[in-house]
Amino acid sequence: MQRLLILGGGTAGTMIANKLRHSLPTADWSVMVVDETNRHHYQPGYLFVPFGRNDPDEITKARDEHFVDGVDFVEQAVELIDAPNNSVTLADGTEVSYDYLVVATGTSPRPAETPGMLGPEWRKSVHEFYTMDGSAALAARMADFEGGRLVVHITEMPIKCPVAPLEFAFLADEHFRKKGIRDKVELIYVTPLSGAFTKPIASNLLGSMLDDREIALESDFYIESVDSDKKAIVSYDEREIPFDLLVTVPLNMGADFIAKSGLGNELNYVPVDKHTFQSADYPNLFAIGDAADLPTSKAGSVAHFSVDVFEENFKQLIAGKKMTHSYDGHANCFIETGDGKGMLIDFNYDTEPLPGKYPVPGIGPFSLLKESELNHFGKLAFRWMYWHLLLPGTPLPLPHDMSLVGKKTELIKEK
Amino acid sequence: MATATLMDREVHVDDEGFLTEYDEWDEELGTYMAERIGIEMTPRHWEAIRFLRSDFTEQGVTPTLRRVSTSAAIPTKELFTLFPKKPAKKMAYIAGLPKPAGCV
Repeated sequence: MQRLLILGGGTAGTMIANKLRHSLPTADWSVMVVDETNRHHYQPGYLFVPFGRNDPDEITKARDEHFVDGVDFVEQAVELIDAPNNSVTLADGTEVSYDYLVVATGTSPRPAETPGMLGPEWRKSVHEFYTMDGSAALAARMADFEGGRLVVHITEMPIKCPVAPLEFAFLADEHFRKKGIRDKVELIYVTPLSGAFTKPIASNLLGSMLDDREIALESDFYIESVDSDKKAIVSYDEREIPFDLLVTVPLNMGADFIAKSGLGNELNYVPVDKHTFQSADYPNLFAIGDAADLPTSKAGSVAHFSVDVFEENFKQLIAGKKMTHSYDGHANCFIETGDGKGMLIDFNYDTEPLPGKYPVPGIGPFSLLKESELNHFGKLAFRWMYWHLLLPGTPLPLPHDMSLVGKKTELIKEK
Repeated sequence: MATATLMDREVHVDDEGFLTEYDEWDEELGTYMAERIGIEMTPRHWEAIRFLRSDFTEQGVTPTLRRVSTSAAIPTKELFTLFPKKPAKKMAYIAGLPKPAGCV
C-alpha cells in the first residue's frame, strides 16, 4: 500500500485528493488529507462580506463533505515534515508516513509582523478582510462609517489574490456613493508597488480607474509601522498617512511548520520547480497552490490549473516515467469594479494581462481588461461552480495552458 | 535589445537602464552606476550588492527587499538609508541585475 499524503484541504488539496482518488486504485493507494479545521471557506467571498453582500454562512461548508469516497480526512494541525524520512508529525504526536507528499497549506495574513498593527486600534479602526472574522468585523465598521479618510493598504507583495485590495477600493467607492456620503469620504490606495498593479498594461488601466473614482494612489509605500496614537501608517522612508479607517492586507506568509521543517523561503513558501511543482531537494515532495513559491499570482485559478498539470504528471511519475506536462503560470481573475460590473484578466509567466476577449464555450466570450456586466455575473456564478464542479474535480472547459486567442497581442512591447 | 555605453563599455540594458547580461558587470561598473544615481559605495553597500549578485546565481531572480534583509542580515531600515527611497530597485540597478519583479 502506497500513500499520497496531502497537507491542506483547501482548493488545491481538495482537488488533488478527488482527482487522484479517481485515478489511483484503492487496493494499492491511500489518499489522505490533513487539515487543522473541518471548515472550508470560499475565500473569494470574503471580499463581499464587508459590504453586507455575502453572509459568512453562505461561504463556509464542512471540508469533509467535499471529498469523494475513499479519501481519508484527518482533522489535525501539522507539526513537522521530516522529508528525509518521508514522515509527517501531527499536532497530537501522530506520525504519518508517506510515499508522496503534497504541501497545499496556502498562505495566511500575519498582522503581527508589522509593528503596531495589532495595537489598540486593531479591529477598531484597523481592519483586514483576508479572514472570515476580519471581514465580518469590517462589515460592522463599514455600515456605521459616516465619513473621513479610508486608507486601503497592501503591506508587502506577494499577497493572495493581488486584485482584491483594488476590488475593495472600487466597492467602497460604490458603497459610499449609494449611501449618499461619497463626498464625505476620502479614499486612498496605498501600495508598495510603483503603480496600481503589477504589470504595465493592467497597471495603467487600473490606475486610471482609480482616478475616475477619485481614489488617490500612494505608490512605493513600504510600511514600517502602524502608529495607533496618531492613527497613521508610517513608511521606511518616513512618509505618514493618517487614517480614520485603515483596511490593510497584512503580510502574507506560508505555514510556520514549513519553516520549522527547513523547507521554506523567507516567507515560508516552498521553493519548487515552476513548471512541475516538484521540490529540488526531495523528488517525492510537491507544493501546490499558494504554499508554493511560484512567480505567478497566489490565486484559486493558479491552484486549479496547477492541479490539472500535476494530476497528469503524477500518473507518469508513479509509473516510473518522465513527467512531460508543464505549467505555464496561467492565472485568471475576475475583478469586481462596482455597480454590477467586473473585469477579467488572463495571463501567465510570459504574457502580461492584455485586453481582448476570453472565449469560454457556451458561456463567453468574457471581455478582458474591460468592465462588463457579464464579468460580474461570471464572478458570482463562480461560487456555485467552485462547490459543485471545481472541488469535486469535474473537468471544466477552461484549458490549463494560457491561450493568446482573442488577446490584443499588438500591445506587447517588442523586447 | 538596447545597448548603452557606460565607462566606454558597450553593455545590454532594458528600457529603464537595468543591465540584462549578468556577465557584463563588474564592481568597477557597479561603483560607476551607483554614482549615476547619487550613491557613494561603502563596505556596507557592497555587502548588500554582493549578496544580490550571489543570490541571483542561485535563485535565478533578483531578491526582494525582504530576502536581502533576512538573508544578508541588513535591516530594512538600513537598506532605506543606504539606497534611499527605492532600495529594491536601486540595489538591482547597481548590481547589474534585472529590475525586481517581486510581485505578480
